[in-house]
This record gives sequence, structure tokens and C-alpha cells, in this order.
Amino acid sequence: MTPLVSTKSTPESSAPPAVETSRLSPLRSILAIAAKDLRSELRTKETINAALSFSVVILLLFSFAFDPASDQVREISGGLLWLVFLFAGALVLNRSFSRELQNDCLDALIASPASAAQLWAGKALANYVLLLAIEVVCFPIFGIFYNVSWTAQAPLLGVVLLLATWAMTIIGTTFSAMTVNLRLRELMLPVLLYPMLIPPLMGAIQLTGTIVAGEPIGDNSIWFRLLVAYDVIFTLLAAALIDVLLVG
Amino acid sequence: MRQKLIYIFAAAAAVLLAWNLYKIFLIEPDELNQGAIYRIIYIHVPSAMTCATGFFVALCASIAYLSRKDLRFDAVAASVTEVSWVFATIVLVTGSIWGRIAWGIWWAWDPRLTSMLICWLLLVSYLMLRRAVDEPNQRARLSAVLSIFTFCDWVIVWKSIEWWRTQHPGPVLSIRNGGGMAPGMEAPIYWNTLALVLLAACLIMLRWRQEGVRREIDALRRFAHAM
Repeated sequence: MTPLVSTKSTPESSAPPAVETSRLSPLRSILAIAAKDLRSELRTKETINAALSFSVVILLLFSFAFDPASDQVREISGGLLWLVFLFAGALVLNRSFSRELQNDCLDALIASPASAAQLWAGKALANYVLLLAIEVVCFPIFGIFYNVSWTAQAPLLGVVLLLATWAMTIIGTTFSAMTVNLRLRELMLPVLLYPMLIPPLMGAIQLTGTIVAGEPIGDNSIWFRLLVAYDVIFTLLAAALIDVLLVG
Repeated sequence: MRQKLIYIFAAAAAVLLAWNLYKIFLIEPDELNQGAIYRIIYIHVPSAMTCATGFFVALCASIAYLSRKDLRFDAVAASVTEVSWVFATIVLVTGSIWGRIAWGIWWAWDPRLTSMLICWLLLVSYLMLRRAVDEPNQRARLSAVLSIFTFCDWVIVWKSIEWWRTQHPGPVLSIRNGGGMAPGMEAPIYWNTLALVLLAACLIMLRWRQEGVRREIDALRRFAHAM
């Protein structure tokens, strides 16, 4: 039987490990944190499984709220989908920082050479990937359940998904950091998050509805500008203020 | 000095409000289309202006807290937001009453009504966050950041709701699009705004003093625990 840990002492192993003195570049720090979050999520799958099954349950419940076979579904499909994404997204975002509370991992991360902004950006990146994954799975399910064709203008729909999900991610990740140490964090995050996300949600709902209905964007392109402006403003604001939130 | 200022503001607000109410109810004539109910505008619009001013002052106080780390600025932001929330509630309630008489319904999804409701919700989220945090410095930090976020959001909300609602006109048209007011009828709105701002300042100073006292009690309690 081979021992798990070698007990043979060699001159190399008895010497203290070389300390890595050089700091990681900001991009590598961000990617390292994002990879860590994604890896731990893919190993446990606790959040993504819960969020996906939750999304399917909501899609099912909607079928009782109105007639799923009616033409009206196509008109309100944008609203339905984004409500599902918002509810499921809150589950993912809530876990983003709270999973670091065990064993004081959050303190260790804050004390690490990565700055608070890098920590936030890494977490935001991981959340972005997870939210997009949920959305990509939900779209075909929605199309099948409600007989809605969403493939006609798929690239445009992709742009809307990318922009609006980023808005949800930045605000969600920042507010997750804000509520992580609160007693009622599961309750507080949606209370803070939903009113803040009204502008990007309005844009996403309007654009998704138009695209799924197969209509030209036309005047609705103003919502693209709103989404871009919202993303830029709040990404900068969050990056500037995250240090205050996490470090003090 | 602060006590004297509270009395001066309260007296000025009382005199101004009494004079305005006298003018509004006894001197101003009824409006041609709406009759007597239009007078609610003299409370409704000034309350909205006071609320918006409060929202902005809370933003400034929050920025000041983050740059100076002085808890007195946090107390200002908290007091101003609480008082603004009261005025936002007044706007919603008076708007609803007015809507019931003028339009026949309590609520219409008009751009301004929707924006005001969102403003009210954002203020609620700020106040709820404050209640959820016990440690004073952490509370001040988190609520200052939230205050900056909510103010920026509200500016975008205001514009985007207008786009949203103009593309989907509601069943009821806003009576405010019907044309300007006579100058004589408009003047009391500004006077009443001044009166309500004075009243708000008075309430804010009282609330601010209360926050200071609370801070002192907390410090004494911690001192007593340490003994």
C-alpha cells in the first residue's frame, strides 16, 4: 500500500517552501477568484441545481396563471422570462459571498494580496457565467412549454442577455457583499436588489418581447443604450465603492 | 443654538403654512375643470419637491460620510432619508386621492406615479438596511454606499419610466399635460414648498438630535459593559 503522504525526507522537502513574493497581475487575480468560485460550484452544484429547478417550477406555475396556449404569451414572454431569471438569479447571488463565511474564508480572501475590487470582479465574473448558464437552459424550456420561437433573432437576443445579465450581476454581487454579514441576508438581498434593477429589467423585458415576437427593434434601440449606460455607470460605481463595503 | 434654530424653523413653517392654507382655501378660486379637488396640488407637488430635495441631501451627506468617516454625517443622511420617506408617502397618498376624484381610479400606471413609487421603495430599502445592521460604523458604511446607488438608480428610473409609459400609453391621460396654470394659482405651490422644506428641516434637526443621543447612549452602554 502506498502511503498518501511521503514520509521520506529529502533535502528539498525539509526546506521551507519558497514564499511567492511577487503579486499576481490584477487580471490573473480576478480569473483565479472566478475559477475558484466556478470550480467549487461545479463540484457541489448546490446553487445551480437549486436555481435551475426553481426556474422550471416558476415556468410551470406561470402556466396556471394564464392560458399558455394563447397568443398573448408571445407578447408577455419578455416579462415572464426576466422575472424567472431575476428570482433564480437572487439565489445564485445570495450564495456568492455567503459561501465564504464558513471557516472565515471571506476574511482570508480580504487579507489576500488581491484587492477588494479584484475580489468583487472575480466573483462577479463567476456569477455572470452561472446566471448566463441558467438563462441558456431556461430559454429552450420556455420555448417548448409555451410554444414560443426565440431563434429568429438569436444573436440580438444574445446581446440583450449579455447586457442585462451583466447589470443583474454587478448590482447583485455588490449587494451580496453588502448583506453578507447581516442576520437577514436572504431576506434583505431581494428587498435591496429588485427596486434597483427596475431600469435594466424594463429594457430587457421590452427588447426580449420585441425580439421573440420577431418584430424589428426600431425605436426600441433606445433600450440598448439604456442597458449599456446602466452597465457602465454601475460597474464603475461598484468598482469604486466595493473597497468601502468589504474592507471599510 | 440648534434648539433655537429648530424653534425658528418651526415658527416660520407654521406661519407660512397658516398663511398658505388661508390663501389656498379662502382666496384661490376653484379650478375650471376639476373644481375644489385641484387644491390638493398645493400639498402634492410641494411634498414631491421636498422629497426630491431630501433624496439629494441624503446623497451629499452619504458622500461626506465616506470621505470624512464622521458619524454625524451618517446621522444627517439617516434623518433626511426618513423625513423624505414621510414626504414620499404623502405624495403617494395625496396623488391617489386626487386620482380617485379626477380620473375615477386610485392608481394609474402613469410615469410620474410609477417613478414616485419606485423612489418610495428605494427609500424603504435604505431604511430597512439600517435596521438590519447593529454596529454603528458598519451601518453607516453600508447605508452610505446604498444611498449613492439608489440615487443614481432613481435618476435613470425617472427617464426610463417615461420611455416605457410613452410607448405603452395607459388608459388614462395625465391631466398635467393639459396646459399651464395661471400665475396666481401657481405661486402658492412655491410658497408651500418653502413651508414644507422648513417643516422638513425642523423634523430633520429633531431626528438628528435623536441620533446623537442614541449614539451617546450606545457609547455609555459599551462603557458600562467594559467596566
